[in-house]
Amino acid sequence: MNLKTRKILDRAFAGSGVFSILLMTAALVVILVPMLIRGWGAIYFTATVEHRHLMLERFDRGNPERVADELNSTRETRAPLYRMITEFEKQLETSDSESRKRYTTPLRELKKAIHDLLGPAPGAIRPMLMRDQYGQMRWGRALVKLRNVLYREEWDYSDPTRGGIKALKPRAAEFTGTPVEPLCAYLENNLTDMMLPRRTLYWQFLTDNSYDSHFFGGIWPEILGTFYLAVGAMLFAIPLGLIAAIYLTEYARETRLIGMLRTCISTLAGVPSIVFGLFGLAFFINTLKVSSSKSVLAGSLTLALMILPTLIRASEEAIRAVPHTYKEAALSLGAGRWHTVMSVILPAALPGILTGIVISMGRAAGETAPIIFTAAVSVGKPLALWQVFSQPTPALSWNIYNLATEHEAVDEIRHVQYGMVLVLVSLVLILNLAAIILRARVSKRLKG
Amino acid sequence: MKPLDMVIADRPDVRSGNNAGRTPDERTHVAVKVFSVFYRANQAVKDVTFNIPAGYVTAIIGPSGCGKSTILRAINRMNDLVPGCYVKGELLFDGQNVYNPDVDVVMLRRRVGMVFQKPNPFPKSIFDNVAYGPRLHSRLNQGELAEIVERSLVDAALWDEVKDRLDDNALSLSGGQQQRLCIARVLAVDPEILLMDEPTSALDPRATLRIENLIAELRGRYTIIIVTHNMQQAARVSDFTAFMYEGALIEFGPTKEIFTKPTHKQTNDYITGRFG
Repeated sequence: MNLKTRKILDRAFAGSGVFSILLMTAALVVILVPMLIRGWGAIYFTATVEHRHLMLERFDRGNPERVADELNSTRETRAPLYRMITEFEKQLETSDSESRKRYTTPLRELKKAIHDLLGPAPGAIRPMLMRDQYGQMRWGRALVKLRNVLYREEWDYSDPTRGGIKALKPRAAEFTGTPVEPLCAYLENNLTDMMLPRRTLYWQFLTDNSYDSHFFGGIWPEILGTFYLAVGAMLFAIPLGLIAAIYLTEYARETRLIGMLRTCISTLAGVPSIVFGLFGLAFFINTLKVSSSKSVLAGSLTLALMILPTLIRASEEAIRAVPHTYKEAALSLGAGRWHTVMSVILPAALPGILTGIVISMGRAAGETAPIIFTAAVSVGKPLALWQVFSQPTPALSWNIYNLATEHEAVDEIRHVQYGMVLVLVSLVLILNLAAIILRARVSKRLKG
Repeated sequence: MKPLDMVIADRPDVRSGNNAGRTPDERTHVAVKVFSVFYRANQAVKDVTFNIPAGYVTAIIGPSGCGKSTILRAINRMNDLVPGCYVKGELLFDGQNVYNPDVDVVMLRRRVGMVFQKPNPFPKSIFDNVAYGPRLHSRLNQGELAEIVERSLVDAALWDEVKDRLDDNALSLSGGQQQRLCIARVLAVDPEILLMDEPTSALDPRATLRIENLIAELRGRYTIIIVTHNMQQAARVSDFTAFMYEGALIEFGPTKEIFTKPTHKQTNDYITGRFG
């Protein structure tokens, strides 16, 4: 190969390397940035007066007089709305059956749409479900609901060659000539005064319990549950993993059995996590009966089992990377095997082991499948420490999935889901960052 | 004249106890008797027999792969670490076979210190490096420990260079300093024998000289066995020299004799640089 070809090859290789790294960075930015922005929206958003009302009622937060003032002022601006409806209803009672027939359904739908936007009408019986007791908390959602008041969705299926075509019909047109006719225009023009939107930093999103399956409140139970599960998993996995790694590297002879064991560990590291989840259910809950049903304990054990192979491999590599001369030196000074491991080999292997531990912890915190059957529930209260042995818990990973797929009103609580994603991603990022820093610090200490 | 007397006549300071501590005597410290070492099927040391006198410096020389390091590592049983390694024959330390099943290897290694080819301080502070052995073997308070550390560093001719930075990481020292630190670390355990496995092969000439001077100073207090590639070094520092070739001991005697009038042709060829 001549010089020119070699040069071209070198350049091509370097170029493709740079290209792939740039591509990866771009992908990371494309994935992470929207995630962070939307997640941040769960904490910092434009909140309506309803949000402040809820905060005062349920959490005793905010200035009561000011909120009362705001509620009074909104009640005044909202009053004409309800007056129009009442007037029309009265009028209907005395009118002929035909117009009653004509207006009953549209009026009911209109009232429902207004209820969705502003909450229960003044003087009405307080609804059972908490989500029906308040209007929209978030200005963004309020605008969506406003559109539902102003327009009615209609589906046109007349053309069989195409699917249904959505058309928006203004509701105002349905009530021409009635006292309700100006309602829509009034609502549209005065919504700001009815809702009093204001930029709000709701940092308690991270520390509040959730109410009415995540319609209101925060995600503290999920954060705490994730913490319990990850820490619990590490409590089981670290000692076991370290002992196994030390045994495999320092004590075990290179027999065929040990070779097989190594292969098994590597294979276990590649087993899909859902398999671990099912195994956890079958073994820890059904066979060992560590708890009568799902519990943090069973989930932790399952997660520990899942990260154990990775942890063993990482620790093994780290221990193997310790220069052989350290071991020789310690042994030649009359240290026993155990003491050599504890005083020289483990400290020198610490950076690698710590990295393995922190990355495994990140994985344990983020893994969903193993806890589906063993630990996770969609709604729950934050657990006290002693409850982890018997109680299941909500957890970020599982609840992100749950909110995205199984919640009865996915669109209403998107922001909660994004908030959870933000927290989980930050958690994993922070753990990884911690691993990098720890590693750098410890190896700096070792290198002097 | 007996070989030992020749050495003593040659270097009177050994007898006169120029160095504090133990004075050398004619006692045989390590006796190697028809001793063989095998790595699985491969015999690295073949029926070697010689006696190493207490208090002197004995050099083992020979070309690469002649088994000189193997026999050195047999004395404190470092060969145990090598899978598939086993021995035949006897290796007596103070009259006791170190390969007896009832020998406590930890105690043996405490009495037989070793300095390795490459300086291998632990990635700990200078103080902790030297204190590692004493901490291992006895419960000492901080004052006693500091005393031992200082004494060992003084003996290893390193104290003046590191006394103000005992808490620094040992890996921040230069190669020669690291090697002297390793010697100090061994001395802190107060061994009877020092095994040195090519202790200067990774060092520059100046650092080598310092180590050689140190060996001269430690001579008489410890029985020193040094494996070296460097024949000048063997001639400079040792009282006795063993020449090994292909696992067998060719010649053993006072260094002066080996280097001036070797009895074997192979020895002569090696020290004159005809092979090796």
